[in-house]
Amino acid sequence: MLKSVHYINQFFGQVGGEEMADFEPVLYEGALGCTGIFNSLAGNVEVISTIVCGDNFFASRKEEALERILSMLENVSFDFFVAGPAFNAGRYGIACGEVCRAVQERFAVPAVTSMNEENPGVQLFSKDVYIMRGGKRATFMKQDMEKLVSFSEKIALKQPVLPAVMEGYFPRGVRHEVFLEDLGMKPVMASDRAFEMLLAKLRGGVYQTELPMPALDRVPIAPAVKSLRDVRLALVTSGGIVPRNNPDRIQSCSATKWGKYDISSLASGLPAPEYKTIHAGYDPGEADRNPNVVVPLDAVRRYQSEDRLGEVDEFFYTTVGTGTTQGEAARMGREIAALLHERNIGAVLLTAT
Amino acid sequence: MCNLTNIALSVGVNRLVPTVSVPYPLGNPLLRPEDEWALRYHRVGVALDALETEVNGQTIFPVKI
Repeated sequence: MLKSVHYINQFFGQVGGEEMADFEPVLYEGALGCTGIFNSLAGNVEVISTIVCGDNFFASRKEEALERILSMLENVSFDFFVAGPAFNAGRYGIACGEVCRAVQERFAVPAVTSMNEENPGVQLFSKDVYIMRGGKRATFMKQDMEKLVSFSEKIALKQPVLPAVMEGYFPRGVRHEVFLEDLGMKPVMASDRAFEMLLAKLRGGVYQTELPMPALDRVPIAPAVKSLRDVRLALVTSGGIVPRNNPDRIQSCSATKWGKYDISSLASGLPAPEYKTIHAGYDPGEADRNPNVVVPLDAVRRYQSEDRLGEVDEFFYTTVGTGTTQGEAARMGREIAALLHERNIGAVLLTAT
Repeated sequence: MCNLTNIALSVGVNRLVPTVSVPYPLGNPLLRPEDEWALRYHRVGVALDALETEVNGQTIFPVKI
């Protein structure tokens, strides 16, 4: 029998309603509240401990709540983790997502939860955690719990996981190569499938794309800088320029890392061969000969000496933009932007290759 | 600053200065070194002007060199 720990809020843990939402996290042995439903439906898995935490406690003291929950679990032996179902309860959904993600990271066990598509937790955590599609209200408890149980068993038993739409979890943005036979479907060649789609489209019929395009983020337009003499400018690139020994081991393609390197002492630009590119998506000849063709520090220094520009940040910021997933690129962008914000940068010159 | 301006527009860049190519955005090995420098100096200058210019939508700033 595989063992699980279940996270639920004060309401489903039968502590109380909104008046008890500040309830501190507690670990109970055995099943409690709605956890009993889970165990009654499960055949190969069993919840052996239940964590109950008030929604407000979690929302207002997130770091503390997570740390306390993780330390409670240090001495518990379990094979996977379950949270919810959270239905359309926003604070509860976010708590379920946070706890599942943290438990996965700390204990390297899979975690599963359940939410309604309108729960803000779906948007925040569906890429990191399996979230089963759930109902809006607690009246869906039994149905949602059934889905949670059967998928949990699958995960816990390390059975192959089918695509999101077939299993009923929210898409995680992960693509796998699969044979249609293995999904229990009739094998049809890709060209035939594409042709069927085209014909359906021409007839005005229904078809389902196999490669949905990611929704695009629109960034609000930043107001103009009044004068570049009065702000600090930073240089950023996806062109893979790094110090010669690539100290942070940024990957040459499908990058998940970025680096920042001190240029404060470089008065006339980036010297070669001290700087070079590690970008595997273009011929490095020119960038290695003169890294300023990608990160134009030499021209920036000239404008500084001509008093066109004020301060330039002591670092430049760099990663590799080839084969890099949109998700990773967005994460690195957010991390770099947060640091630029912290460093009081007023303007950014970004070169992409 | 980038060469693939259509892609940059499709992913939502608001202020955009065209560059020369993917492997040398702000260079050109076919030019004499002083002309290559003039090109880079000019295009970086256009980018600096762009940062100080209000825009109402996605805008490509034209370059002369």
